[in-house]
Amino acid sequence: MGLEEKIPDGVMLTSLDKMVNWARKRSMWPLGMGLACCAIEMISTFASHYDLARFGMEIMRPSPRQADLIIVSGRLSVKMAPVLKRLYDQMPNPKYVISMGACASCGGVFNNYAIVQGVDKVLPVDIYVPGCPPRPEQLIEGVLKLFEKVERESLKNKAN
Amino acid sequence: MDDKIRQYFEENFKEAMVRLDTFRDQLSLYIRKEFLVDICRDLKDNDEFRFELLADICSLDWLGQADETEGRFEIIYNLYSIKNRYRLLLKVRLPVENPEIDTLTNLWQTANWLEREVFDLMGIHFTGHPDLSKIVTPDDLEGHPLRKDFPLTYEVPQFSWNKNDPPEVIR
Amino acid sequence: MNTAAKPRRTMNLNLGPQHPATHGVLRVELELDGETVVKATPHIGFLHTGIEKTAESKLYYKVIPMTDRMDYLAPMSNNLGYCLAVEKLLGIDVPEKVKYARVCLTELTRVMSHLVWIGTHALDLGAMSMLLYAFRERELIIDLYEACAGQRMMTTYFRVGGLAYDLPKDFDKRVKDILQKVPPGIRDYERLLNNNKIFRQRTIGVARISAEDAINCGLTGPSLRGSGVNYDVRRANPYCGYEKFNFQVPLGKNGDVYDRYLVRVEEMKQSLNIARQALEGMPEGPYRAHVPGVVLPPKEDVLSKMESLIFHFKIITEGFHPPKGAVYQAIEAPKGELGYYISSDGSAKPHRMRVRPPSFVNLSALPKMVEGGLVADVIAAIGSIDIVLGEVDR
Repeated sequence: MGLEEKIPDGVMLTSLDKMVNWARKRSMWPLGMGLACCAIEMISTFASHYDLARFGMEIMRPSPRQADLIIVSGRLSVKMAPVLKRLYDQMPNPKYVISMGACASCGGVFNNYAIVQGVDKVLPVDIYVPGCPPRPEQLIEGVLKLFEKVERESLKNKAN
Repeated sequence: MDDKIRQYFEENFKEAMVRLDTFRDQLSLYIRKEFLVDICRDLKDNDEFRFELLADICSLDWLGQADETEGRFEIIYNLYSIKNRYRLLLKVRLPVENPEIDTLTNLWQTANWLEREVFDLMGIHFTGHPDLSKIVTPDDLEGHPLRKDFPLTYEVPQFSWNKNDPPEVIR
Repeated sequence: MNTAAKPRRTMNLNLGPQHPATHGVLRVELELDGETVVKATPHIGFLHTGIEKTAESKLYYKVIPMTDRMDYLAPMSNNLGYCLAVEKLLGIDVPEKVKYARVCLTELTRVMSHLVWIGTHALDLGAMSMLLYAFRERELIIDLYEACAGQRMMTTYFRVGGLAYDLPKDFDKRVKDILQKVPPGIRDYERLLNNNKIFRQRTIGVARISAEDAINCGLTGPSLRGSGVNYDVRRANPYCGYEKFNFQVPLGKNGDVYDRYLVRVEEMKQSLNIARQALEGMPEGPYRAHVPGVVLPPKEDVLSKMESLIFHFKIITEGFHPPKGAVYQAIEAPKGELGYYISSDGSAKPHRMRVRPPSFVNLSALPKMVEGGLVADVIAAIGSIDIVLGEVDR
């Protein structure tokens, strides 16, 4: 009412939060990093059959400085953990983490000296995708869940 | 082919042989560690055998087994002859204190990484190796994971009923 | 200006562990003089999983799911190697149908692995669309996996003494579908790459390795055959009934990246040929050997016969006890000679399970291939030896 009557045609009003979140959600660029078996399913998801580009994610950035999302795909070894942490630290805010597969989420079948039991010991994880490895559909579902989460964010309350 | 190998060793390396063993049609030859390099060079250059491919170097730990007295560690050299399509396993037993053996890097380049892996995971020193350093385990890991006295390390998974406890690691 | 007196300065360049062209988490430290590689040092272990150690604490049949996760591009080959090794250790034989099914599926696995390789290798060299084409064909084989084992990638379909389940009812139809749809795809790749000027310039004469060096470095598989050495485990020491199949072993001449590419593409065609022969020759019969106390009895018997139920229960809880001894079983995996050395001390768990990883040994030849070449050729070389880091580090 009120304000909208006074602005010219073709202009729409919305809250800033909604607009920013919409833009973020529709241009989520993942970091092109694969660790183990799940990486192959991740490539499948990006490749021709499942085509994650439908959700505005067709560009995998090789550099962490241009990425918004890191998909930890596969088991994280003790030797790789500092590298992953460093990659995450290099990403600009806001940044999101998807932990893909059982190994990344909780160590999976490898409960031993070499594997970090859950990537959440190193990074703050937003979405856990179960499966060993998860089907591409599962990963897509995880990504859509992440989009829902992004939609609910507010610029005011976000800590970073 | 087994007989030829047996005969060859009887003639040339009688003092190096400890015993012969055939299990599931696979001949294994236990030898003394001092003769390893000589034997390998001979087998590689011998025109009849031509064991050109060093397929694998593998290590075993016999801690707590009945035949530990023969030497706790065992190294298995897996030689393959492309010409004869024949595989031979050379086995060497090493004692628990100061396990050392001569390197084969002068004969095969493959030996470089394979020996580094055995060093890293089993803690066996290869004298004369150009760069004997850790290869797969992180730099700060102490010990050699494949030894039987190295703990596998089990971390108790956290469920809803123990999610507030600190993660427990069993070694 | 006196430039000769200055010491030549080299630059260190760090490639990986997070680099899109290292096929995972490989790190290569390069010492460069201008654009020429003076020294290359691969650093591995970023995916060290401790599989060999973990296997020592598991019953024999519980190790099979771990073997999938080593070379995750060719899970069935890994299953096959392990199962054959344990069967050799136990001294049991499997029914003919199982052998044919195993051959058929492992050959399709080889095609699948090479498809991923051709996609990623061409992607590294600048041919983006190859990845999309290769994954299109790969989905067909993945679907067959899913029909057989219920899982897309980590199948654990081969068990000690047979298969996990009987082959699906439409196995024939699915394999025939693959045999019909994949060859036109391979023809497309050849048309896209074989005479592609960019691809040829980046591969011909690059990362060359002679036959003697290749053997000395321990290369196996297509990387060795690219140098013209005729060594294929399927031919040299047949396992699983390979002596009954009619196939050729493609060989290269120059030992460069292009020859290794040609060998792999030809191998895909040969593998499809073997799969066709296996499908046509597959006899009827049981899908598991009848070895009480070692191989699980059929599910129908477990539900109706007391004895089978007891055996089922015993195998699952206690496992089986192979005789004391050690065996080495090698198979021709897509990457090269994959060997399992299993040492048994008579208990229900392996005393030691050693994997002879083809990728690990092939990767150790990388410095030999790239030193003296250009830095851009390192990417081509890494792609051409077809490594999987899960298998390198285990």
